[in-house]
Amino acid sequence: MFNETNYVDSVNNAFYFIVAISTVLLIVVTFLMLYFVWKYSAKRNPKATNIEGNMTLEVLWTVIPLILVGGMFWYGYLGYEISATPPENSMVVTVTGQMWKWNFEYENGIKTDTLYVPVNKPVKLDLVSLDVNHSFYVPVFRFKRDVLPNKNNSIWFQPDQIGSFDIACAEYCGTDHWNMYTKVVVMEQKDYDTWIALMTAPVVDETEPLIQADTTNGKPNN
Amino acid sequence: MASSTANVNVSFFDYQGGRKGILGWILSVDHKRIGILYLISMMIFFAVGVTFGFLMRLELIAPDRTIMDPQTYNSIFTLHGVIMIFLFIIPGLPAVFGNFFLPIMIGAADVAFPRLNLLSWWLFVIGGLLAITSIIMPGGAPDTGWTFYIPYSVRTSTNVIPALMAAFILGFSSILTGLNFVVTVHRLRAKGMTFFRLPLFIWALYSTAWIQVLATPIIGITLLLVTFERLFSVGIFDPSLGGDPVLYQHLFWIYSHPAVYIMIIPAMGVISEVIPVFARRTIFGYKFIAFSSVGIALFGSLVWAHHMFTVGMSGVAMIVFSVLTFLVAIPSAVKVFNWVSTLYKGSIVVEPPLYYALAFIFLFSIGGFTGLIQGALSVNLHIHDTSFIVAHFHYVMFGGTGFGIFTAMHYWWPKMFGRMYNKKVSIVGFWTLFVGFNVLYFPMFVMGWLGMPRRYYDYLPEYHIYHLISTIGSWILIIGLLIMFINLLKALKSGEKVTKENYWGGETLEWKCPTPPYVFNFEFTPEVHAGPYEYKQNDESEKKVEEEVVQ
Repeated sequence: MFNETNYVDSVNNAFYFIVAISTVLLIVVTFLMLYFVWKYSAKRNPKATNIEGNMTLEVLWTVIPLILVGGMFWYGYLGYEISATPPENSMVVTVTGQMWKWNFEYENGIKTDTLYVPVNKPVKLDLVSLDVNHSFYVPVFRFKRDVLPNKNNSIWFQPDQIGSFDIACAEYCGTDHWNMYTKVVVMEQKDYDTWIALMTAPVVDETEPLIQADTTNGKPNN
Repeated sequence: MASSTANVNVSFFDYQGGRKGILGWILSVDHKRIGILYLISMMIFFAVGVTFGFLMRLELIAPDRTIMDPQTYNSIFTLHGVIMIFLFIIPGLPAVFGNFFLPIMIGAADVAFPRLNLLSWWLFVIGGLLAITSIIMPGGAPDTGWTFYIPYSVRTSTNVIPALMAAFILGFSSILTGLNFVVTVHRLRAKGMTFFRLPLFIWALYSTAWIQVLATPIIGITLLLVTFERLFSVGIFDPSLGGDPVLYQHLFWIYSHPAVYIMIIPAMGVISEVIPVFARRTIFGYKFIAFSSVGIALFGSLVWAHHMFTVGMSGVAMIVFSVLTFLVAIPSAVKVFNWVSTLYKGSIVVEPPLYYALAFIFLFSIGGFTGLIQGALSVNLHIHDTSFIVAHFHYVMFGGTGFGIFTAMHYWWPKMFGRMYNKKVSIVGFWTLFVGFNVLYFPMFVMGWLGMPRRYYDYLPEYHIYHLISTIGSWILIIGLLIMFINLLKALKSGEKVTKENYWGGETLEWKCPTPPYVFNFEFTPEVHAGPYEYKQNDESEKKVEEEVVQ
């Protein structure tokens, strides 16, 4: 299943897996280091022993880490594999990044500066830059993709929780790189449909005068 | 040429050759004087880099503006990176301690090309000054980040070209030093000094020298091309002219990743020297440590695109670079295990250099493990370009190489200067540094995972607590640096004088020459009959020792 929960879980699981192994190894190495310094201090052990090496140990502590990092690579790869192929039925939104704001354009022509999406539906983002490199980053969704001026990257996601989440720029792009925040707003389907209807309703042109003067070329017709 | 009656069996400090005073130093081809020239100039650049770091952290102590505007902040983090990387961490150990000790440790009188060596230092100074002038020239300090990514670096109106040219010149300093070291190790080893009797610091410098020679030209050309792009709108990288910004990234990182191994391998070499001396026993796994340096240099040249996992590379590229990134960790792990095993059944004396060496192992391990976290593809898509990365590279570059430099200073200071520093003060400085370092950088891992991007002048309120803690850590760290450096400098003026050849009880050749070394290092050219860490006194049976005592 290619929904966003699995992707986020996959990222979190890979992260915690590597953190757990690293923490254990760090504690073991640090403990042994300090323990040896204490146990084999000159006072406690006045005569040292010259041990040149041990082939078994060298093989063990090469092969076991190799297996462990193999597992780490695999978990990282799984999540990436999910993110790499958007589902066929994804709704497409074109994301335009520029110094220093984001714009979103939907397939039906709606343009916004905030990304509105319905929950539990896949969304594919086509990323376009108008100037320098940017990067489209949604921390809560655990992904980013660079937004380049000559290359149309894309990323997809499927949100599974209602809410409003930060979008940040994550590739340094000048003075206000830090100030390009906007939001992705995930809504219930019916709320999303309402929003679409609102955005596509015909606009009343308030610049037209209520009373038409009888003129042609500005000259009165009489 | 020195007159035939000039006495060269004097300390290299006291020697009066053809030139007097300061000219006798800044035009000297003596590798030891050059090493000290590098030390002095490097410390000045380091102080500037630390000041920029301090100012950055001061701005970030709370949301909204604290002391500067965004443009200034962006320039400060750019210069902080350029100075620390090109003027401190990359040259650091090879230029100071490599220059000073490589010839001595292989039993030579100097490097293969002493005049080229002096040129390397002059290029270093000129490049450094050019980088500093980019700050004060009209146009303003460059604000591109030390990575100079296109298109921004060809759009900004700031002084990018001086910074690029500075890095270009500094590249030559590095290439020439690397060339000098490769030839010196091959051609000037003393009689009996086979490759497998070389001290591990020399294995490290040798592996590093190859990377310096092979990889640095690539960044040189690349930065030159960016300069041409800015000047003549050539269109190799600029997409508005049909160029490819991702091509720039590949060219930049195909040097800049191996560069981090230029930074770390010599530091690992220092640790390999210090541990057996203070454990007073032979090193565990000499050949494995030696070959791991070569392995890191080789594998490290193949992983560069792990800096680019978010640009939209092919699936094949993503997988290949992730796999290789995990593989390059293995030789580093092998070193750590061999160092810790060297402590086993040692007879350990805990002196200041050992404090720094043990801290290196701990801090570098954290840096290395977080590198694994970053190498995992899906995780990388989340933490790339966040504070997590900033924390990682400070743990390896500062906690690793930085502490390696501090280890080298505390280990070799008495030999270089014939003066000893105050050990108690150095330990106070050490703990202050160690605590400050972790308080400064560890919160960055947490807030990076929570989504705090890097190179941000300001941030959302939810990240405030981490930034506050981190800034306070920076103050503790700086106090530690001050204690450490003032202690070392004070030793030069009023420290206990050291004249004995072997202050710590080491077995490598620098502990068999005078303190400080003579002009040509040794009084008599050494001949080598043993490895660098034999500590034969451990192998003597107790009966034999008793017999000697009775006689």
